Order: sequence, then structure tokens, then C-alpha cells
Amino acid sequence: MAPSPLSRPEPGRASPDPADARALARGPAQAFRHGMVQSLPFLIVIIPFALLFGVVALEAGMDMAQVMGFSVLVLAGASQFTAVQLLSDNAPAFIVILSCLAVNLRMAMYSASLVPWLRGASGLQKAGVAYTLIDQSYALSIQHYERHPRLSLTQRLAYFFGTATALCIPWMVASWAGARLGSAIPDDIALDFAMPITFLAMIAPMLRTPAHLTACFVAILGALLLAGLPSGTGLLIAAPLGMAAGALVEQRTEAQAARRKQESRKQEAGR
Amino acid sequence: MTPHSDLTVWLVILVLGVGTFLLRWSFLGALGNRDFPGWVLRMLRYTPVAVLPALVAPLVTWPAATDGQPDPARLAAAAATVAVGMLTRNVILAILAGGITLFGLLYLL
Repeated sequence: MAPSPLSRPEPGRASPDPADARALARGPAQAFRHGMVQSLPFLIVIIPFALLFGVVALEAGMDMAQVMGFSVLVLAGASQFTAVQLLSDNAPAFIVILSCLAVNLRMAMYSASLVPWLRGASGLQKAGVAYTLIDQSYALSIQHYERHPRLSLTQRLAYFFGTATALCIPWMVASWAGARLGSAIPDDIALDFAMPITFLAMIAPMLRTPAHLTACFVAILGALLLAGLPSGTGLLIAAPLGMAAGALVEQRTEAQAARRKQESRKQEAGR
Repeated sequence: MTPHSDLTVWLVILVLGVGTFLLRWSFLGALGNRDFPGWVLRMLRYTPVAVLPALVAPLVTWPAATDGQPDPARLAAAAATVAVGMLTRNVILAILAGGITLFGLLYLL
């Protein structure tokens, strides 16, 4: 079997870990609730964002059914805004579709990175995960899985669906409310920056090794250098570059550690 | 008002909905029970820390709200978010630090 994240003990973490013991002891309902509770802080960004989507889409000439069509069927914030923007700029439909799919391409990378953790889930469960795989549910869950590598598949799925429920339903309801309330919502409150701040806040605690820092740094550098490319394409090159850089540093660090171990063993044997 | 017909808008919604679902389902659904080679797993571990920063880096550097001009308040807010997030390992404190820095500086500057 290929090395799976399950068999990777977290370096530098003491084994009697009360948070880990608590996570492992949770039943499905408790894991679901735990996922919901941990998602709540993100609502301070998701709700205003969804309200704004409702307002913007309505102003662009869409009706309530179409606003809800976007928020329920597409369920991907950044691409929804892109679609409305391009539609109101009178772009041809296929350009709108291609640009928005490019914006969402990162989700295929999320999908791949969940495979080792959700292997063995049923087809229906996977379809459910796929439907609700947004940046926040992904980031919360992968962080939870890495922190508690010995969770069962049921616990992992329950946690994911907890985050998905707490994040996606408010997105839909607040889009509806935004379209309903319309222009009563002020649009000059620097909401443009809510998304960058939440995304940075989600990944900053994950930057715990030189490999993670390298991956992050290379991806940022790549994204800035490739910013001139059509929407979504720069990211598609920059992110894998960062991932490869992180993997390379990890491999080096492991090789060094192994060599050091071997040397100290040799020294001990020589005594 | 949008010159697109209702039908076109619905076509965009439906195709985008199905396409986005397929992107999210892709690896999970099609390869879900197969083992990935070790080097792939090694790379996948860095997915979140590579994708999300790459997604926001251009938005932080050239914000749409300032017509693409680098903005000290937004740059400082991003730096504060990352710094507090790394130091405290707490997402909520990081969001608060970023929000307070942004609105504080926008108010002052």
C-alpha cells in the first residue's frame, strides 16, 4: 500500500493528547455537531457575502429564482460573483461558463487531496461531499483530519457534513435575504476584503513546518507573477508549483532526519 | 438590465452547476478507492497552503476596490491576519486582527 496520511504520526506532538482523545471518542452525531460549531466563526464572512450576492445579482437584472439557482445549484461564491459580473457585462454565455469553471478548478485539487482521507465512503456520501465542497468546509475538514489522523471514516464524514450544513444553508438563506432586502444593504463597507482575510486566517495556523511555508511562499510568488493570465489559469499553475515545492522540502527534511538518525546509531554502535 | 434572456441565464446556471459539481466530484468520485503513489500524497498534503494563498495574493496586492492600486490598509490587514494566525493558531483571532487592522487603517488614512 502506498503511504497514507493515516500512518503518519504528527511529529512533535505528545501522544497523550486530550483534544485527540476527545475527537476520537465522538459519536457521529457529536462529530457532526463539532463540525457545525467550528464553522460558526466563518458565518461572520459568509452571511454578508451571500447578502451582497443577492443584492448584486438582483441589480444585474436577475429574478429571485435565478439568484437561488446560483446559490443552490452552483454553490460557489467566487464563481457566482464572476458569473453575475460577466453576464451584466454582456459576455457570451460560453465565456461566462468557461471563466467560472476556471475559477472553480481549484476544487478538483481539493477533491484529490480528500481522497486519502475519505477512501471507502459510499457513492452517495461522495456525491454529498462533492456538492458541498467549498473553501471553508474543505479547509476546516482537512485541518481536522490532519490534527486527528486516527479518526474513523464515519467521524470524518460526520465532521465534514457538520461544516457543510453550517456553511452552505446560511449561504443559500442569506442570498435569498439579500435579493429580498435589495439595496437596503450598504455596499461601501470594504466587504471585498472579507474573503482574502478569512482565507488567510484559515491557512495561517497550518503553516507549521518549513515545507508548508515554502509551499505557501512559492504559490504566492507564482500567483503574483502569473496574475496577467486569464482568471483562474495563473492559480492552476501557481498552486501545483507550491505543492511540489512543499513536497520537495518535506522529502529533504525527512532524508536529513534519517541520515542524522543513522549517524547517531553508528556512533552508538561504535562505542 | 441584463440583455441576456432568462433562458441564457438558466443555461449558464445549469451548466455551471453541473460543471462545478463534476470538478468537485472528479478525483473523489472517479479515483476514490484507489491508492495514490507516495509522491502524489506528499504533494496533496500542501494543497490548502498553496491554493488559498495563491487565490488571494493578487486580491491583496491589487485590490479591485482601489482599482488595482496597492493599498497600505489592505496589505497591513493581510499581514496582521497571517501573523496572528501563525502565532496564536486561532482562526477567529486572525480574522479579528485582520478586520480591526483594515477598518482601523481605512478610518485613519
